[in-house]
Amino acid sequence: LAPWIPVVGLEIHAQISSNSKLFSGSQVQFAAPPNSLVSFFDASLPGTLPVLNRRCVEAAVMTGLALNCSINKRSLFDRKHYFYADLPAGYQITQQRVPIAVNGSLSYSLCIDNKMSQMVTKTVRIKQIQLEQDSGKSLHDDTRSQTLVDLNRAGVGLMEVVMEPDMCCGEEAAAAVRELQLILQTLGSSQAIMAEGQLRVDANVSVHHPGEPYGVRTEVKNINSIRFLAKAIDYEIQRQIEELENGGTILNETRAFDSKLGCTIPMRDKEGKQDYRFMPEPNLPPLILYDSKSLPANMNHQQVINIDWIHERLPDLPSVKREKLVEQYEILPEHSFTLLNEDGLAEFFESVVKQTQMKPKKVIGWILNDLLSYLKQHSLTVKESPVSSFLLADLLNLLEKKEISSTAAKQVLAELWKGEGKTPLEIVKEQKLELLQDQKELEQICQAVIDGQENE
Amino acid sequence: QKVSVEVLDHLEHLALVDFRDSEGVERLQKAIQFADQLHEVNTDGVEPMDLVLEDRCLYLREDDVTEGNCTKELLENAREKVEEYFVAPPGNIPLPKLEERETFLQGS
Repeated sequence: LAPWIPVVGLEIHAQISSNSKLFSGSQVQFAAPPNSLVSFFDASLPGTLPVLNRRCVEAAVMTGLALNCSINKRSLFDRKHYFYADLPAGYQITQQRVPIAVNGSLSYSLCIDNKMSQMVTKTVRIKQIQLEQDSGKSLHDDTRSQTLVDLNRAGVGLMEVVMEPDMCCGEEAAAAVRELQLILQTLGSSQAIMAEGQLRVDANVSVHHPGEPYGVRTEVKNINSIRFLAKAIDYEIQRQIEELENGGTILNETRAFDSKLGCTIPMRDKEGKQDYRFMPEPNLPPLILYDSKSLPANMNHQQVINIDWIHERLPDLPSVKREKLVEQYEILPEHSFTLLNEDGLAEFFESVVKQTQMKPKKVIGWILNDLLSYLKQHSLTVKESPVSSFLLADLLNLLEKKEISSTAAKQVLAELWKGEGKTPLEIVKEQKLELLQDQKELEQICQAVIDGQENE
Repeated sequence: QKVSVEVLDHLEHLALVDFRDSEGVERLQKAIQFADQLHEVNTDGVEPMDLVLEDRCLYLREDDVTEGNCTKELLENAREKVEEYFVAPPGNIPLPKLEERETFLQGS
């Protein structure tokens, strides 16, 4: 049997973290009474016009720069037409012809064979990033055969990030999305919480034999977590391979991932290939961005977006942060990955290092093996840790000064988890865990043990 | 050049217009002919203009919350509502296929 090459591309929609919507002044908020965060424009009432939110443009430029894209100094808005109850205007304003950023790349790392010690770096090309409107939410009430529509989300700014089909499996896609998520959160351009719909991923999957043209691709939607993303893609790859090996064909269709059954099923409500009748958005002139060279002299500051100004103020991206951690603290690269993967863990680690004489190389073991595994066992975040960095540093200092043994330290830590407010020293005294330093006292104890043995 | 039945059917699906009768189709044909006159101009090497306003500045708004909170007003015109939600039919109801609906296009 000839080998199969799976091909995976991704379309990711990230909700922009902003106070108000992309083209209107309605508030952006996750949970709110239905239709309370909706302006006349969002409801598509006649006579309303879009007004572009500056913050959304800045978010897109930051993201484009972080992903090594070329920023288009002149980009355009278009209308994408289709009918759906949660799209009151009957079209979505997007950037189909000339998006704000193009031709970037994203590097991500994978563990080979699930061994954290063997990491390999991969790159996926970013085709483009475009600004577009989110739609409202439809709640399907099958019992009463109706759909309830809430437009609170309609018009919220989105960045659509299109990744080229450079990935080959669920694991790669998951790692790429995870890294993108960390980047967005570091930039602050999106909080990218998948569970709240702030990051939505659609996967394009196909398979082919080496040397042959790409196969027909399917689009997989309705993926709610990074874990499910990997599962959905791997399932779809297997499904396509089995179908083709059994002499079947793959339809160019959209499929939904069913997380309960762990499979993809064809989506109803898709009437064949859509014709979106793209047309320029007549109410918005081109979006012009500037850099230090092209900055116009007499323009109002508030009306000017300077790409170089934004570039200078980009925070350290996760990959840079990891390198700095490895260099500064002499920890292993895979340690830096784990530190950045847990919200607040890197800060906790650095805080402990500051407060203790123990070498960071040793501290990291306590952070990753003891602290992290405890937190995971009890489903706690770093912020919720009953053991503060101060307490842990205190404990490690006792260990470093050889006042207690390593085993005793673990015992003290187990006691500290209870969060009863005792200090490490108090626990050591309570449980008599001090290491005896006095030579004479040690000799007496050993002699007593030997004498005891002799008497039996 | 007449517009084919396939294209007319496609347009009725996409835009939910009803050409209704031969007069409606004729009006469409005339509109296309009128617009086709643009082809008589040689536009080789000329960038298309899609907005007369293309040289205007795109106004950028500050990221402040200035609108919303008008649920009552918005729902006033809704024919049906359920607890401040708009009510719509369950999913899209696509126009039936050409063979299955009553339209004069069938005869053409």
